[in-house]
Amino acid sequence: MVDSAGKGFRREKGVEILLALAASVSVLVTIGIVVSLFSETAGFFKEVSVKEFFTGTKWTPLFSPAHYGIAPLVAGTMLVTVIAMIVAAPLGLASAIYLSEYAPDGVRRLIKPVLEILAGIPTIVYGYFALTFVTPIIRAVFPQTNVFNALSAGIVMGIMLIPMISSLSEDAMTAVPNSLREAAYALGATKLEVSYKVVIPAAVSGIVASFILAFSRAIGETMIVTLAAGSTPKLTFNPLDSIQTMTAFIVQVMLGDAPFGSIEYKSVYAVASVLFVVTLSLNLIGTWIVRRYKEVY
Amino acid sequence: MTLESIISVRNLHVSYRDRKVLKGINLDIYKNRITAIMGPSGCGKSTLLRCMNRMIDLSEGARVGGKVLYRGENIYSPKIDPAQIRFRIGMVFQKPNPFPKSIFENVAFGPRINGYKGDLSALVEQSLQRAGLWDEVKDRLHENAYMLSGGQQQRLCIARALALEPEVLLLDEPCSALDPISTMHVEELIRQLKERLTIVIVTHNIQQAARVADYTAFLLQGELVEFGETSRMFTVPKDKRTEDFITGRFG
Repeated sequence: MVDSAGKGFRREKGVEILLALAASVSVLVTIGIVVSLFSETAGFFKEVSVKEFFTGTKWTPLFSPAHYGIAPLVAGTMLVTVIAMIVAAPLGLASAIYLSEYAPDGVRRLIKPVLEILAGIPTIVYGYFALTFVTPIIRAVFPQTNVFNALSAGIVMGIMLIPMISSLSEDAMTAVPNSLREAAYALGATKLEVSYKVVIPAAVSGIVASFILAFSRAIGETMIVTLAAGSTPKLTFNPLDSIQTMTAFIVQVMLGDAPFGSIEYKSVYAVASVLFVVTLSLNLIGTWIVRRYKEVY
Repeated sequence: MTLESIISVRNLHVSYRDRKVLKGINLDIYKNRITAIMGPSGCGKSTLLRCMNRMIDLSEGARVGGKVLYRGENIYSPKIDPAQIRFRIGMVFQKPNPFPKSIFENVAFGPRINGYKGDLSALVEQSLQRAGLWDEVKDRLHENAYMLSGGQQQRLCIARALALEPEVLLLDEPCSALDPISTMHVEELIRQLKERLTIVIVTHNIQQAARVADYTAFLLQGELVEFGETSRMFTVPKDKRTEDFITGRFG
Protein backbone atom coordinates (compact mmCIF):
# COMPACT_ATOMS: atom_id res chain seq x y z
CA MET A 1 0.00 0.00 0.00
CA VAL A 2 2.59 2.47 1.16
CA ASP A 3 4.86 1.49 -1.70
CA SER A 4 2.24 2.05 -4.43
CA ALA A 5 1.21 5.36 -2.90
CA GLY A 6 4.88 6.35 -3.04
CA LYS A 7 5.06 5.41 -6.72
CA GLY A 8 1.95 7.43 -7.48
CA PHE A 9 3.47 10.37 -5.71
CA ARG A 10 6.72 10.09 -7.66
CA ARG A 11 4.87 9.85 -10.95
CA GLU A 12 2.81 12.89 -10.02
CA LYS A 13 5.98 14.84 -9.26
CA GLY A 14 7.58 13.72 -12.54
CA VAL A 15 4.58 14.88 -14.56
CA GLU A 16 4.63 18.21 -12.81
CA ILE A 17 8.29 18.73 -13.70
CA LEU A 18 7.70 17.79 -17.35
CA LEU A 19 4.78 20.19 -17.63
CA ALA A 20 6.77 22.97 -15.98
CA LEU A 21 9.59 22.41 -18.48
CA ALA A 22 7.16 22.63 -21.37
CA ALA A 23 5.78 25.87 -19.99
CA SER A 24 9.24 27.35 -19.49
CA VAL A 25 10.32 26.74 -23.10
CA SER A 26 8.47 29.76 -24.43
CA VAL A 27 9.64 31.94 -21.55
CA LEU A 28 13.26 30.90 -22.04
CA VAL A 29 13.08 31.41 -25.80
CA THR A 30 11.64 34.87 -25.30
CA ILE A 31 14.45 35.73 -22.91
CA GLY A 32 16.97 34.35 -25.41
CA ILE A 33 15.55 36.46 -28.22
CA VAL A 34 15.60 39.60 -26.12
CA VAL A 35 19.16 38.99 -24.96
CA SER A 36 20.55 38.32 -28.47
CA LEU A 37 18.57 41.26 -29.86
CA PHE A 38 19.89 43.71 -27.29
CA SER A 39 23.48 42.44 -27.20
CA GLU A 40 23.87 42.78 -30.99
CA THR A 41 22.17 46.14 -30.78
CA ALA A 42 24.71 47.20 -28.16
CA GLY A 43 27.44 46.19 -30.63
CA PHE A 44 25.81 48.34 -33.28
CA PHE A 45 25.78 51.36 -31.00
CA LYS A 46 29.52 50.99 -30.40
CA GLU A 47 30.01 51.98 -34.03
CA VAL A 48 27.06 54.28 -34.65
CA SER A 49 26.02 56.97 -32.24
CA VAL A 50 22.57 56.77 -30.66
CA LYS A 51 22.04 60.35 -31.78
CA GLU A 52 22.64 59.56 -35.43
CA PHE A 53 20.39 56.54 -35.24
CA PHE A 54 17.42 58.37 -33.83
CA THR A 55 17.82 61.79 -35.43
CA GLY A 56 19.44 61.08 -38.79
CA THR A 57 17.19 61.35 -41.82
CA LYS A 58 19.08 59.06 -44.20
CA TRP A 59 19.21 55.28 -44.09
CA THR A 60 21.86 53.89 -46.44
CA PRO A 61 23.73 51.14 -44.59
CA LEU A 62 24.40 49.19 -47.78
CA PHE A 63 26.01 52.03 -49.73
CA SER A 64 28.80 54.39 -49.05
CA PRO A 65 28.73 56.83 -47.54
CA ALA A 66 26.66 54.83 -45.06
CA HIS A 67 24.03 56.68 -43.05
CA TYR A 68 22.23 55.18 -40.12
CA GLY A 69 19.23 57.40 -39.40
CA ILE A 70 16.20 55.19 -38.79
CA ALA A 71 13.63 57.94 -39.54
CA PRO A 72 12.99 56.87 -43.18
CA LEU A 73 12.22 53.29 -42.11
CA VAL A 74 9.98 54.49 -39.30
CA ALA A 75 8.21 56.87 -41.68
CA GLY A 76 7.71 54.07 -44.20
CA THR A 77 6.32 51.77 -41.56
CA MET A 78 3.99 54.45 -40.21
CA LEU A 79 2.78 55.40 -43.69
CA VAL A 80 1.76 51.85 -44.52
CA THR A 81 0.33 51.25 -41.05
CA VAL A 82 -1.79 54.40 -41.09
CA ILE A 83 -3.16 53.55 -44.53
CA ALA A 84 -3.94 50.05 -43.28
CA MET A 85 -5.78 51.42 -40.25
CA ILE A 86 -7.75 53.89 -42.37
CA VAL A 87 -9.01 50.86 -44.29
CA ALA A 88 -9.33 48.39 -41.43
CA ALA A 89 -10.76 50.44 -38.56
CA PRO A 90 -14.02 51.59 -40.20
CA LEU A 91 -14.62 48.38 -42.12
CA GLY A 92 -13.75 46.17 -39.16
CA LEU A 93 -15.93 48.19 -36.80
CA ALA A 94 -18.82 48.32 -39.25
CA SER A 95 -18.74 44.58 -39.78
CA ALA A 96 -18.58 44.04 -36.02
CA ILE A 97 -21.65 46.23 -35.54
CA TYR A 98 -23.44 44.40 -38.32
CA LEU A 99 -22.59 40.98 -36.94
CA SER A 100 -23.38 41.82 -33.35
CA GLU A 101 -26.48 44.02 -33.77
CA TYR A 102 -28.06 43.53 -37.16
CA ALA A 103 -27.24 40.19 -38.77
CA PRO A 104 -29.85 37.46 -38.47
CA ASP A 105 -28.50 34.20 -37.10
CA GLY A 106 -28.17 32.54 -40.49
CA VAL A 107 -26.15 35.38 -41.99
CA ARG A 108 -23.91 35.53 -38.94
CA ARG A 109 -23.20 31.82 -39.24
CA LEU A 110 -22.19 32.41 -42.86
CA ILE A 111 -20.04 35.53 -42.42
CA LYS A 112 -18.05 34.59 -39.34
CA PRO A 113 -16.30 31.60 -40.95
CA VAL A 114 -15.56 33.70 -44.04
CA LEU A 115 -13.88 36.31 -41.84
CA GLU A 116 -11.91 33.60 -40.12
CA ILE A 117 -10.71 32.30 -43.49
CA LEU A 118 -9.60 35.84 -44.32
CA ALA A 119 -7.58 35.80 -41.11
CA GLY A 120 -5.98 32.49 -42.05
CA ILE A 121 -4.69 33.46 -45.51
CA PRO A 122 -0.87 33.42 -45.57
CA THR A 123 0.49 36.95 -45.77
CA ILE A 124 2.56 36.11 -48.84
CA VAL A 125 -0.72 35.63 -50.70
CA TYR A 126 -1.83 39.07 -49.59
CA GLY A 127 1.49 40.41 -50.82
CA TYR A 128 0.98 38.92 -54.25
CA PHE A 129 -2.57 40.19 -54.31
CA ALA A 130 -1.28 43.69 -53.58
CA LEU A 131 1.40 43.57 -56.25
CA THR A 132 -0.53 41.91 -59.06
CA PHE A 133 -4.07 43.10 -58.48
CA VAL A 134 -4.26 46.27 -56.37
CA THR A 135 -1.17 48.03 -57.71
CA PRO A 136 -2.29 47.89 -61.38
CA ILE A 137 -5.62 49.40 -60.38
CA ILE A 138 -3.92 52.22 -58.48
CA ARG A 139 -1.59 52.81 -61.43
CA ALA A 140 -4.56 52.99 -63.76
CA VAL A 141 -6.01 55.76 -61.63
CA PHE A 142 -2.75 57.54 -60.77
CA PRO A 143 -0.28 56.83 -63.60
CA GLN A 144 2.62 58.46 -61.74
CA THR A 145 2.46 55.67 -59.13
CA ASN A 146 5.56 53.61 -58.56
CA VAL A 147 5.29 49.83 -59.18
CA PHE A 148 6.19 49.41 -55.53
CA ASN A 149 4.19 51.80 -53.38
CA ALA A 150 2.94 52.27 -49.84
CA LEU A 151 -0.71 52.67 -50.84
CA SER A 152 -1.17 49.24 -52.33
CA ALA A 153 0.58 47.50 -49.44
CA GLY A 154 -1.38 49.59 -46.93
CA ILE A 155 -4.77 48.86 -48.48
CA VAL A 156 -4.13 45.13 -48.63
CA MET A 157 -2.73 45.09 -45.11
CA GLY A 158 -5.92 46.84 -44.04
CA ILE A 159 -7.97 44.07 -45.63
CA MET A 160 -5.88 41.56 -43.74
CA LEU A 161 -6.59 43.36 -40.44
CA ILE A 162 -10.38 43.56 -40.88
CA PRO A 163 -11.12 40.14 -39.37
CA MET A 164 -8.95 40.88 -36.36
CA ILE A 165 -10.68 44.17 -35.56
CA SER A 166 -14.07 42.77 -36.42
CA SER A 167 -13.86 39.68 -34.27
CA LEU A 168 -12.33 41.39 -31.21
CA SER A 169 -14.80 44.29 -31.42
CA GLU A 170 -17.70 41.94 -31.93
CA ASP A 171 -16.70 39.99 -28.83
CA ALA A 172 -16.76 43.24 -26.88
CA MET A 173 -20.18 44.16 -28.28
CA THR A 174 -21.76 40.76 -27.71
CA ALA A 175 -20.58 41.01 -24.12
CA VAL A 176 -22.84 44.05 -23.63
CA PRO A 177 -25.86 42.63 -21.81
CA ASN A 178 -29.17 42.54 -23.63
CA SER A 179 -30.86 44.28 -20.72
CA LEU A 180 -29.10 47.51 -21.79
CA ARG A 181 -30.38 47.16 -25.36
CA GLU A 182 -33.89 46.54 -24.05
CA ALA A 183 -33.65 49.59 -21.82
CA ALA A 184 -32.82 51.75 -24.83
CA TYR A 185 -35.47 50.21 -27.08
CA ALA A 186 -38.05 50.77 -24.35
CA LEU A 187 -37.19 54.48 -24.47
CA GLY A 188 -38.02 54.65 -28.16
CA ALA A 189 -34.52 54.17 -29.52
CA THR A 190 -34.03 52.85 -33.03
CA LYS A 191 -31.62 50.05 -33.83
CA LEU A 192 -28.99 52.54 -34.98
CA GLU A 193 -29.34 54.57 -31.77
CA VAL A 194 -29.05 51.43 -29.68
CA SER A 195 -25.87 50.50 -31.57
CA TYR A 196 -24.01 53.76 -31.36
CA LYS A 197 -25.39 55.27 -28.14
CA VAL A 198 -25.50 52.18 -25.96
CA VAL A 199 -23.57 49.24 -27.39
CA ILE A 200 -20.49 51.05 -28.74
CA PRO A 201 -19.96 53.24 -25.65
CA ALA A 202 -20.32 50.18 -23.43
CA ALA A 203 -17.88 48.20 -25.57
CA VAL A 204 -15.45 51.03 -26.25
CA SER A 205 -12.53 49.55 -24.35
CA GLY A 206 -12.64 46.34 -26.35
CA ILE A 207 -12.95 48.29 -29.59
CA VAL A 208 -9.97 50.53 -28.81
CA ALA A 209 -7.94 47.51 -27.76
CA SER A 210 -8.73 45.80 -31.06
CA PHE A 211 -7.48 48.89 -32.90
CA ILE A 212 -4.25 48.94 -30.94
CA LEU A 213 -3.58 45.26 -31.42
CA ALA A 214 -4.28 45.60 -35.15
CA PHE A 215 -1.95 48.60 -35.30
CA SER A 216 0.78 46.61 -33.62
CA ARG A 217 0.22 43.70 -36.00
CA ALA A 218 0.49 46.10 -38.96
CA ILE A 219 3.81 47.50 -37.74
CA GLY A 220 5.28 44.03 -37.48
CA GLU A 221 3.78 42.75 -40.76
CA THR A 222 6.55 41.78 -43.19
CA MET A 223 5.55 39.87 -46.29
CA ILE A 224 3.08 42.30 -47.82
CA VAL A 225 5.42 45.27 -47.50
CA THR A 226 8.44 43.33 -48.70
CA LEU A 227 6.61 42.35 -51.85
CA ALA A 228 4.52 45.41 -52.60
CA ALA A 229 5.91 48.51 -50.87
CA GLY A 230 9.44 48.53 -52.25
CA SER A 231 12.94 48.78 -50.82
CA THR A 232 13.74 52.47 -51.01
CA PRO A 233 14.14 53.95 -47.54
CA LYS A 234 12.72 57.39 -48.09
CA LEU A 235 11.47 60.02 -45.70
CA THR A 236 8.17 60.67 -47.46
CA PHE A 237 4.47 60.76 -46.79
CA ASN A 238 3.44 60.29 -50.39
CA PRO A 239 1.54 56.99 -50.50
CA LEU A 240 2.27 56.55 -54.21
CA ASP A 241 6.02 56.45 -53.59
CA SER A 242 8.17 53.41 -53.10
CA ILE A 243 9.29 53.19 -49.46
CA GLN A 244 10.85 50.69 -47.12
CA THR A 245 9.54 49.56 -43.76
CA MET A 246 11.60 48.38 -40.83
CA THR A 247 10.53 44.79 -41.40
CA ALA A 248 11.25 44.89 -45.14
CA PHE A 249 14.74 46.23 -44.44
CA ILE A 250 15.46 43.31 -42.14
CA VAL A 251 14.36 40.86 -44.83
CA GLN A 252 16.47 42.63 -47.44
CA VAL A 253 19.66 42.42 -45.39
CA MET A 254 19.05 38.89 -44.20
CA LEU A 255 18.48 37.66 -47.74
CA GLY A 256 21.53 39.50 -49.04
CA ASP A 257 25.03 38.60 -48.03
CA ALA A 258 25.85 40.96 -45.23
CA PRO A 259 28.86 39.30 -43.54
CA PHE A 260 28.31 38.07 -40.01
CA GLY A 261 29.43 40.66 -37.48
CA SER A 262 29.57 43.50 -40.01
CA ILE A 263 27.92 46.81 -39.31
CA GLU A 264 25.15 46.14 -41.87
CA TYR A 265 24.47 42.89 -40.08
CA LYS A 266 24.28 44.61 -36.73
CA SER A 267 22.03 47.37 -38.04
CA VAL A 268 19.35 44.73 -38.54
CA TYR A 269 19.37 44.08 -34.82
CA ALA A 270 19.09 47.75 -33.99
CA VAL A 271 16.04 48.06 -36.25
CA ALA A 272 14.58 44.86 -34.84
CA SER A 273 15.00 46.22 -31.30
CA VAL A 274 13.03 49.33 -32.19
CA LEU A 275 10.35 47.15 -33.76
CA PHE A 276 10.28 44.92 -30.71
CA VAL A 277 9.97 47.78 -28.25
CA VAL A 278 7.21 49.50 -30.26
CA THR A 279 5.04 46.40 -30.77
CA LEU A 280 5.60 45.21 -27.22
CA SER A 281 4.48 48.54 -25.78
CA LEU A 282 1.45 48.65 -28.06
CA ASN A 283 0.44 45.15 -27.01
CA LEU A 284 0.88 46.05 -23.35
CA ILE A 285 -1.20 49.19 -23.78
CA GLY A 286 -3.86 47.18 -25.62
CA THR A 287 -4.21 44.51 -22.96
CA TRP A 288 -4.01 47.14 -20.22
CA ILE A 289 -6.92 49.06 -21.76
CA VAL A 290 -8.99 45.90 -22.02
CA ARG A 291 -8.41 45.15 -18.36
CA ARG A 292 -8.56 48.69 -17.01
CA TYR A 293 -11.76 49.78 -18.71
CA LYS A 294 -13.59 46.49 -18.60
CA GLU A 295 -17.22 47.46 -18.03
CA VAL A 296 -18.77 45.79 -15.05
CA TYR A 297 -22.42 45.55 -15.97
CA MET B 1 -66.71 58.22 -12.31
CA THR B 2 -66.52 56.65 -15.73
CA LEU B 3 -63.58 54.46 -16.66
CA GLU B 4 -61.75 55.23 -19.84
CA SER B 5 -59.88 52.36 -21.40
CA ILE B 6 -56.46 53.43 -22.71
CA ILE B 7 -55.19 50.05 -23.88
CA SER B 8 -57.48 47.31 -25.12
CA VAL B 9 -56.16 43.86 -25.79
CA ARG B 10 -58.34 42.01 -28.26
CA ASN B 11 -58.12 38.28 -28.93
CA LEU B 12 -54.34 38.33 -28.51
CA HIS B 13 -52.44 35.18 -29.42
CA VAL B 14 -48.69 34.79 -29.05
CA SER B 15 -46.64 31.75 -29.87
CA TYR B 16 -42.93 31.02 -29.75
CA ARG B 17 -42.36 28.64 -32.65
CA ASP B 18 -44.77 25.80 -31.79
CA ARG B 19 -45.46 26.79 -28.21
CA LYS B 20 -48.60 28.82 -27.61
CA VAL B 21 -47.91 31.31 -24.83
CA LEU B 22 -51.04 33.45 -24.96
CA LYS B 23 -54.34 32.04 -26.11
CA GLY B 24 -56.86 34.70 -26.99
CA ILE B 25 -56.51 37.37 -24.32
CA ASN B 26 -59.09 40.15 -24.00
CA LEU B 27 -58.31 42.82 -21.46
CA ASP B 28 -58.87 46.54 -20.88
CA ILE B 29 -56.38 48.77 -19.12
CA TYR B 30 -58.11 51.75 -17.52
CA LYS B 31 -56.66 55.22 -17.57
CA ASN B 32 -55.06 56.46 -14.34
CA ARG B 33 -55.51 53.14 -12.66
CA ILE B 34 -53.02 50.54 -11.55
CA THR B 35 -53.65 47.18 -13.12
CA ALA B 36 -51.78 44.13 -11.90
CA ILE B 37 -51.23 41.09 -14.05
CA MET B 38 -50.53 38.19 -11.74
CA GLY B 39 -50.03 34.50 -12.17
CA PRO B 40 -47.49 31.75 -11.62
CA SER B 41 -44.17 31.67 -13.49
CA GLY B 42 -44.56 30.81 -17.13
CA CYS B 43 -48.22 31.83 -17.38
CA GLY B 44 -47.43 34.41 -20.08
CA LYS B 45 -47.82 37.55 -17.98
CA SER B 46 -44.53 39.12 -19.07
CA THR B 47 -45.29 38.26 -22.69
CA LEU B 48 -48.65 39.99 -22.38
CA LEU B 49 -46.94 43.08 -20.97
CA ARG B 50 -44.33 43.10 -23.72
CA CYS B 51 -47.12 43.03 -26.29
CA MET B 52 -48.44 46.35 -24.99
CA ASN B 53 -45.43 48.38 -26.21
CA ARG B 54 -44.21 46.02 -28.94
CA MET B 55 -41.13 45.00 -26.97
CA ILE B 56 -42.28 41.54 -28.03
CA ASP B 57 -40.82 42.39 -31.45
CA LEU B 58 -37.38 41.90 -29.94
CA SER B 59 -38.07 38.36 -28.79
CA GLU B 60 -36.79 36.13 -31.52
CA GLY B 61 -39.33 33.66 -32.84
CA ALA B 62 -42.40 35.29 -31.25
CA ARG B 63 -45.50 35.52 -33.43
CA VAL B 64 -48.31 37.83 -32.48
CA GLY B 65 -51.93 37.54 -33.61
CA GLY B 66 -54.91 39.70 -32.63
CA LYS B 67 -54.91 43.35 -31.71
CA VAL B 68 -53.67 45.71 -29.07
CA LEU B 69 -55.49 49.02 -29.29
CA TYR B 70 -53.80 52.08 -27.83
CA ARG B 71 -56.18 55.04 -27.84
CA GLY B 72 -58.27 53.10 -30.32
CA GLU B 73 -55.48 52.41 -32.79
CA ASN B 74 -54.02 48.96 -33.37
CA ILE B 75 -50.33 49.18 -32.50
CA TYR B 76 -49.64 46.13 -34.66
CA SER B 77 -50.87 47.82 -37.83
CA PRO B 78 -48.05 48.04 -40.39
CA LYS B 79 -48.04 51.84 -40.50
CA ILE B 80 -47.13 52.12 -36.81
CA ASP B 81 -43.51 52.80 -35.87
CA PRO B 82 -42.76 50.67 -32.78
CA ALA B 83 -40.22 53.22 -31.52
CA GLN B 84 -43.03 55.80 -31.34
CA ILE B 85 -45.19 53.39 -29.35
CA ARG B 86 -42.38 52.75 -26.86
CA PHE B 87 -41.83 56.47 -26.60
CA ARG B 88 -45.44 56.88 -25.41
CA ILE B 89 -45.62 53.69 -23.35
CA GLY B 90 -42.66 53.35 -20.97
CA MET B 91 -41.30 50.19 -19.46
CA VAL B 92 -39.33 49.16 -16.38
CA PHE B 93 -37.76 45.73 -16.19
CA GLN B 94 -37.27 42.99 -13.61
CA LYS B 95 -33.63 43.64 -12.98
CA PRO B 96 -32.58 47.29 -12.71
CA ASN B 97 -30.79 48.03 -15.99
CA PRO B 98 -29.29 51.52 -15.84
CA PHE B 99 -26.82 52.39 -18.59
CA PRO B 100 -23.16 52.44 -17.54
CA LYS B 101 -23.34 56.24 -17.66
CA SER B 102 -23.86 58.98 -15.10
CA ILE B 103 -27.13 59.33 -13.21
CA PHE B 104 -27.88 62.48 -15.20
CA GLU B 105 -27.14 60.86 -18.55
CA ASN B 106 -29.35 57.92 -17.71
CA VAL B 107 -32.37 60.14 -17.20
CA ALA B 108 -31.46 62.39 -20.12
CA PHE B 109 -31.07 59.47 -22.54
CA GLY B 110 -34.70 59.20 -23.65
CA PRO B 111 -35.30 62.94 -24.11
CA ARG B 112 -32.01 63.29 -25.98
CA ILE B 113 -32.70 60.59 -28.56
CA ASN B 114 -36.22 61.86 -29.04
CA GLY B 115 -34.99 65.37 -29.76
CA TYR B 116 -36.16 67.14 -26.60
CA LYS B 117 -35.77 70.89 -27.06
CA GLY B 118 -36.52 72.23 -23.57
CA ASP B 119 -34.41 72.60 -20.46
CA LEU B 120 -32.85 69.20 -20.01
CA SER B 121 -31.56 69.71 -16.47
CA ALA B 122 -34.98 70.83 -15.32
CA LEU B 123 -36.54 67.77 -16.91
CA VAL B 124 -33.97 65.48 -15.27
CA GLU B 125 -34.61 67.08 -11.88
CA GLN B 126 -38.38 66.80 -12.29
CA SER B 127 -38.16 63.14 -13.32
CA LEU B 128 -35.89 62.27 -10.40
CA GLN B 129 -38.28 64.15 -8.08
CA ARG B 130 -41.22 62.16 -9.36
CA ALA B 131 -39.31 58.93 -8.91
CA GLY B 132 -38.55 59.97 -5.31
CA LEU B 133 -34.82 59.83 -5.91
CA TRP B 134 -33.86 63.48 -6.20
CA ASP B 135 -32.89 64.09 -2.58
CA GLU B 136 -30.64 61.05 -2.54
CA VAL B 137 -28.75 61.86 -5.74
CA LYS B 138 -28.92 65.62 -6.28
CA ASP B 139 -25.31 66.10 -5.16
CA ARG B 140 -23.88 63.34 -7.31
CA LEU B 141 -25.71 63.53 -10.61
CA HIS B 142 -22.51 62.96 -12.52
CA GLU B 143 -21.50 59.81 -10.72
CA ASN B 144 -21.90 56.50 -12.46
CA ALA B 145 -25.34 54.99 -11.95
CA TYR B 146 -23.72 51.74 -10.89
CA MET B 147 -22.71 53.42 -7.64
CA LEU B 148 -26.36 53.36 -6.53
CA SER B 149 -27.96 50.56 -4.54
CA GLY B 150 -30.30 48.11 -6.28
CA GLY B 151 -33.44 49.87 -5.09
CA GLN B 152 -32.07 53.27 -6.10
CA GLN B 153 -31.12 51.89 -9.50
CA GLN B 154 -34.65 50.66 -10.02
CA ARG B 155 -36.06 54.08 -9.10
CA LEU B 156 -33.52 55.60 -11.48
CA CYS B 157 -34.91 53.34 -14.21
CA ILE B 158 -38.39 54.59 -13.34
CA ALA B 159 -37.14 58.19 -13.51
CA ARG B 160 -35.56 57.43 -16.86
CA ALA B 161 -38.90 56.19 -18.17
CA LEU B 162 -40.76 59.16 -16.63
CA ALA B 163 -38.48 61.64 -18.38
CA LEU B 164 -40.38 60.94 -21.60
CA GLU B 165 -43.65 61.77 -19.82
CA PRO B 166 -45.28 58.57 -21.02
CA GLU B 167 -49.02 58.03 -20.72
CA VAL B 168 -48.62 54.45 -19.67
CA LEU B 169 -45.88 52.80 -17.62
CA LEU B 170 -45.40 49.06 -17.87
CA LEU B 171 -43.60 47.46 -14.94
CA ASP B 172 -42.33 43.91 -15.34
CA GLU B 173 -41.92 42.49 -11.82
CA PRO B 174 -40.05 45.65 -10.83
CA CYS B 175 -39.42 44.49 -7.27
CA SER B 176 -38.37 40.90 -7.83
CA ALA B 177 -34.69 41.75 -7.46
CA LEU B 178 -35.18 44.14 -4.51
CA ASP B 179 -35.13 43.82 -0.74
CA PRO B 180 -38.34 44.46 1.28
CA ILE B 181 -37.51 48.08 2.15
CA SER B 182 -36.70 49.00 -1.46
CA THR B 183 -39.84 47.15 -2.54
CA MET B 184 -41.88 49.29 -0.15
CA HIS B 185 -40.35 52.46 -1.62
CA VAL B 186 -41.13 51.39 -5.16
CA GLU B 187 -44.70 50.39 -4.31
CA GLU B 188 -45.27 53.71 -2.58
CA LEU B 189 -43.92 55.44 -5.68
CA ILE B 190 -46.23 53.47 -7.97
CA ARG B 191 -49.25 54.58 -5.94
CA GLN B 192 -48.20 58.22 -6.24
CA LEU B 193 -47.58 57.96 -9.96
CA LYS B 194 -51.08 56.87 -10.85
CA GLU B 195 -52.29 60.45 -10.57
CA ARG B 196 -50.40 61.33 -13.74
CA LEU B 197 -50.29 58.09 -15.64
CA THR B 198 -51.65 54.63 -16.14
CA ILE B 199 -49.70 51.74 -14.69
CA VAL B 200 -49.64 48.07 -15.55
CA ILE B 201 -47.58 45.94 -13.21
CA VAL B 202 -46.72 42.30 -13.70
CA THR B 203 -46.12 40.38 -10.52
CA HIS B 204 -46.01 36.83 -9.30
CA ASN B 205 -46.44 38.18 -5.81
CA ILE B 206 -50.08 37.98 -4.74
CA GLN B 207 -49.64 40.36 -1.81
CA GLN B 208 -48.07 42.94 -4.07
CA ALA B 209 -51.06 42.86 -6.40
CA ALA B 210 -53.36 43.22 -3.40
CA ARG B 211 -51.31 46.13 -2.00
CA VAL B 212 -50.95 48.31 -5.07
CA ALA B 213 -53.45 47.42 -7.78
CA ASP B 214 -56.91 48.87 -8.44
CA TYR B 215 -57.59 46.13 -10.95
CA THR B 216 -56.12 42.68 -11.19
CA ALA B 217 -55.93 40.22 -14.04
CA PHE B 218 -55.20 36.61 -13.20
CA LEU B 219 -53.43 34.68 -15.91
CA LEU B 220 -52.95 30.93 -16.00
CA GLN B 221 -51.30 28.92 -18.76
CA GLY B 222 -51.81 31.62 -21.35
CA GLU B 223 -55.45 32.26 -20.54
CA LEU B 224 -57.07 35.11 -18.68
CA VAL B 225 -58.90 33.39 -15.86
CA GLU B 226 -60.37 36.42 -14.18
CA PHE B 227 -60.22 40.19 -14.33
CA GLY B 228 -61.80 42.71 -12.02
CA GLU B 229 -61.41 45.15 -9.17
CA THR B 230 -58.68 43.95 -6.85
CA SER B 231 -60.75 44.37 -3.69
CA ARG B 232 -63.53 42.28 -5.14
CA MET B 233 -61.29 39.60 -6.62
CA PHE B 234 -59.42 39.08 -3.39
CA THR B 235 -62.60 38.80 -1.34
CA VAL B 236 -65.05 37.03 -3.62
CA PRO B 237 -63.16 35.44 -6.53
CA LYS B 238 -65.51 34.20 -9.22
CA ASP B 239 -63.32 31.40 -10.43
CA LYS B 240 -62.22 28.44 -8.35
CA ARG B 241 -58.69 28.66 -9.82
CA THR B 242 -58.37 32.29 -8.73
CA GLU B 243 -59.40 31.35 -5.24
CA ASP B 244 -56.88 28.50 -5.16
CA PHE B 245 -54.13 30.84 -6.35
CA ILE B 246 -54.75 33.69 -3.95
CA THR B 247 -55.13 31.37 -1.00
CA GLY B 248 -51.75 29.92 -1.88
CA ARG B 249 -52.88 26.46 -2.91
CA PHE B 250 -50.51 26.59 -5.90
CA GLY B 251 -48.19 28.98 -7.69
